[in-house]
Amino acid sequence: MSGTLQTTQDLTQLAADLLARAKKQGATAADVVVADGETFSVQVRLSAVDRLTKAREKRLGLRVFIGKRSATASTSDFSGESLDRLVSDTCALASAVVEDRVSGLPDASAMAKDLPDLDLYDPTSLSTDQQIELAKRAESSALAMDPRITNSEGADFNSASGRVVLGNSHGFLGDYRSSTFSLSVSPVATDASSGGMQRDSWYAVQRKYGKLDSPESVGQEAARRTIRRLGARKVPTTKAPVVFDQEMAGSLLGHLCSAASGYALYKGASFLVGQLGQKLAPDCVTIYDDGRIPGGLGSRPFDGEGLPTRKTTVMDRGVLASYLLDSYSGRKLGLSSTGSASRGVGESPSVGPTNFYLVPGSTSPSDIIRSVKSGLYITELIGFGVNMVTGDYSRGAAGFWIENGELAYPVEEITIAGNLKRMFADIELVGSDLEFRGRIASPTIKIGEMTIAGN
Amino acid sequence: MSQIQDVELAQFGFSEPDIHRALGTIKVRDVDYADLYFESRVSESVSMEEGIVKRAAKSVSQGVGVRATAGEKTGFAYSDELSTKDLALAAETARYIANSPQGAQLVPAANRARPARDLYPADRPVTDIATAERVHLLNLIDAEARRYDPRIVNVMASFNLEYKRVLVATTDGLLIGDVQPLTRLQVTCIAEEKGNRQIGSFGGGGRVGFAYYQEQDRYAHYAREAARQAILNLSAVEAPAGVMPVVLAGGWPGILLHEAIGHGLEADFNRRKTSAFSNLLGKRVASDVCTIVDDGTIPFRRGSLNMDDEGTPTSKTVLIEKGILRGYITDRLNARLMGIPLTGNGRRESFQSVPLPRMTNTFMLAGESDPQDILRSVKRGLYAVSFGGGQVDITNGKFVFSASEAYLIEDGQVTRPVKGATLIGSGPDILTKVSMVGHDLKLDEGIGTCGKDGQSVPVGVGLPTIKIDEITVGGTQG
Repeated sequence: MSGTLQTTQDLTQLAADLLARAKKQGATAADVVVADGETFSVQVRLSAVDRLTKAREKRLGLRVFIGKRSATASTSDFSGESLDRLVSDTCALASAVVEDRVSGLPDASAMAKDLPDLDLYDPTSLSTDQQIELAKRAESSALAMDPRITNSEGADFNSASGRVVLGNSHGFLGDYRSSTFSLSVSPVATDASSGGMQRDSWYAVQRKYGKLDSPESVGQEAARRTIRRLGARKVPTTKAPVVFDQEMAGSLLGHLCSAASGYALYKGASFLVGQLGQKLAPDCVTIYDDGRIPGGLGSRPFDGEGLPTRKTTVMDRGVLASYLLDSYSGRKLGLSSTGSASRGVGESPSVGPTNFYLVPGSTSPSDIIRSVKSGLYITELIGFGVNMVTGDYSRGAAGFWIENGELAYPVEEITIAGNLKRMFADIELVGSDLEFRGRIASPTIKIGEMTIAGN
Repeated sequence: MSQIQDVELAQFGFSEPDIHRALGTIKVRDVDYADLYFESRVSESVSMEEGIVKRAAKSVSQGVGVRATAGEKTGFAYSDELSTKDLALAAETARYIANSPQGAQLVPAANRARPARDLYPADRPVTDIATAERVHLLNLIDAEARRYDPRIVNVMASFNLEYKRVLVATTDGLLIGDVQPLTRLQVTCIAEEKGNRQIGSFGGGGRVGFAYYQEQDRYAHYAREAARQAILNLSAVEAPAGVMPVVLAGGWPGILLHEAIGHGLEADFNRRKTSAFSNLLGKRVASDVCTIVDDGTIPFRRGSLNMDDEGTPTSKTVLIEKGILRGYITDRLNARLMGIPLTGNGRRESFQSVPLPRMTNTFMLAGESDPQDILRSVKRGLYAVSFGGGQVDITNGKFVFSASEAYLIEDGQVTRPVKGATLIGSGPDILTKVSMVGHDLKLDEGIGTCGKDGQSVPVGVGLPTIKIDEITVGGTQG
C-alpha cells in the first residue's frame, strides 16, 4: 500500500548493511531475514461483498551469535534508528543467555550455490472487481446446486505475493519471490425434516492464477460435500477398518512430519525417537519431502538457513529412512541437515516440511471403499487429541458408514482412537489419488482397525 | 499503583487533525461507521531446555488498521508505515465498499476519553525486568522439576511477555487508548521409565508483571505440576470408549463452555443464522443448575480488558441463566445489524485483522453440590482434571475437547489414571445433561488462546466441579 515500494536490491542491501552493523557491535556471526509482501482478500456472502482487506507489509529479523550464545529480534520499522536499536537489543539479549555448545550457522561450504527458479511467482494482478466476481461465481455455484443449500458462511478469494531475502555472515545472500491465489466456499445446508444444519467447505490454492480450478467447480464441490452430511447420526462404539480421504490422510501425514522433526526428536518429544532404519509401515508406504517441485506450494530454492533444499526420502517402503533436520537439530543428533530449516522472520530456525507427500498406490478411492465390508470413511477430524510423545491418538470425526463396500449413511459426533505408530503399521491400502493442495499431501488410505466411540 | 498511562496519538506520529482528516475521507454517504486502530507491540521471550536457557527473542511491531462499514459490508486496510500518506491510502482502500465516494458526512471532533477503570494496574511496565532475572527463574524451574522425580529427563520452560499500546479513533468522535500487558510462564516435562516416555505440561499467566510468578512460589508450583503429570502418565492405562458419565474438575476444564456454548453465542454466526444456537434465545439449552457468563472485567485475568478493541468498555454478560439462553456477545457491527446491546466483545489479534465478537473470560457460576458427593454419585465413569485444546463446528454444534489428565471412577471412587482421550458432544444439548454443579468455582491459571478466522486472542475459562450424565469418551477400550 505504501508508495515507497522497495526493490529486491534495496532489501538485499538492507540485509548486508544489517550484518555489517551486527559485526561492528560484537557479533561473531549473524544472519538476517527480510520479507515483504502484499495481500488482498475479498469475502462475499449471499452474493454481496462482506469484507475487503488490502495490505502491504514488511518485516526484518536478525539472529546474532556472540561465540556460542545467540538471540533473535525483529521489527517492522526499517528506519536507521530502529535498526540500530534492533542490533544493540539482539546483541544484549545474546549476552544474557547461556552458551550452547552446538549453536552456530551451518558450515560455510554447505550454503546453497545454485538458486534455481522454481516457478513460484506469477505477476498476474487482478482488480478488486475481478476478485469479487470470482468469489461471487464460486458462491453462486454452490447456492444454485441444490435447494437444500440454504445459507452460506461466504466465499473468499485471496491473492498474495511476497519476497524473501536471507543473508548471513558467511557471505550468503539469496532471495526469491512467490505468489499464491486461493479460493474457498463454505455453504450451509438445512435438513428440511429435522431443521438441523451442516456446513462444509472446499477450496483451491495455486502459485499460478491460471492453474486455479474454476470458481464453479470449487462451489459445486463445496455444495456436494455439505449436502452429503445432512442426516448424519452416531454409530455404536466398535472396532472397525477406517478409510481416510485425501485431506484427512494428509493430517496423519502431518503428524508423522512433526514427529520426524529433529527438534521433537532431540528433546525426546516424539514417538519416532530411536526409530531410524526401523520398518514402521508396510511396503506400500513411501514418503518424500521434496523442496524443489516446480510451482510447489512448499517449494523454495534454499531453506531458512540458506542451505539448498532437496528431495529427502523420509520413509522408504515402510522403513524410516530420514528425519527432517536443520543444522542445529542435526548436530544435536549427530546427523547432517536435510535442508529443512523453516524460519519465521525474527525466530530461530525450526524444522518444517517443503512438499511432504505419500507416494500414491494403484488402488482407486472407490475400490478402497469397496474393500470394506463394515467400517468408517472419514472426511472430517476435529480437536487436538494427538500426543506426539507417545503417538496416542483420539480425535472427533465425521464421515460415512461403509456397508458392503458402499457409503451407507453420514455419521457424526463420534471419535476415532488408536496410536499413530500402530496406525502407520496398519495401513492396508494406499490410493492412486494424490493431489497437492498444500505443503502436505496424501492419497486416500485405509487403516486396518481403529476404535470408534459413538453411542 | 499508577493510573492507566495515557496513550497519545503523538506516539504514533499523528495529530488530531490528521485522524480527523482520515476519518473524513472514509465517512461518505453509504458509510455507517469507520475507525482507526493504532497499535504498537513489544513481545519478548526467553526459553530453556536441557538445563540451559539457550534462546531469547524480541519483536517490535506497529501499525494502523483502518476500517469502514456500510450495511453488512466491511472495508479494511492496514499499514505498518505510520505516515499521513499511508493513512490516507488505507482510508481510500477501506472506503472502496461504499458505492461512491460522494456525500461527505460530518465527523465530530475527537472526544479524548480514557477507560473508566484499570484492571491491570502496575507500578512499572511489564518489560522492565532484566533478562538475567528471567534466566534465573527458568533455571530454578528446571531444578524444581528434576527434584520432583529422577524419571524427569527433560524440562522445557518459557517466559513470554507482551506489552501493547492501542488507540482507537472512531467516526462517532471517540478517541480512547489502553496499555495492555500480558505475560505467561509455561513448563513442559518429559518423563521416561524403561522406554515409556510421557509428557506433562503446566503454566499460568495473565495481565500481570514478572513478580506474580515469584509470589507464593508460583513458578515452583508450575514446575511440580508439569512433572507430576508426566510421572502420572507413566502409569496411565488405556482410556475407555463409549457413552458414560463424566465429572469435570474445576478451572481449565471450563474449556467445555468455551467450545460447547461460547463460540455458538458469538453474534456474527447468529446474525448469519449459521450457528446451532440461532433462534434459541429465551429457550432452554442447559439444565437449571447452569448459569454461564462472559466477564471481561476481572482484574489481572488473561481474558480481561479495560476496553475492547473498538473502544467499548468490557462487561459481564449473562449468556445462560438457570439453563435459559439469555444473550449473545457482540461487536459494533453485529450489535448494530441485530439491534442488540454492545457487550464489549469486539476483539482483534492485531492492527492486521478486523474486530470480531470474541469471548473474554467464560465461566459457570458455582452451584450447591459438594465436589466429593459429585464423584460419589458415579458408579462407572471418567474424572477429567486437565485438558489440552478443543474445537467446535459452530453450524452443527458438535464440539470436542481432549483430556490430558483423567482417571476412572469406579463405585464412586477415583481409581486409575487413564491416557488422554477426546470427549465429543453437541453444544445445544450437552449442558442439559449437567445434573450437579459444585460450590467450588475455579478460574483457570491463565494460559488460554482462542483461534477464530485465523485470529488468536488470549481468553480465560472457569468451572466448578460438574457432573455430565452422559457424553461420548473417545478412548480405545470399547
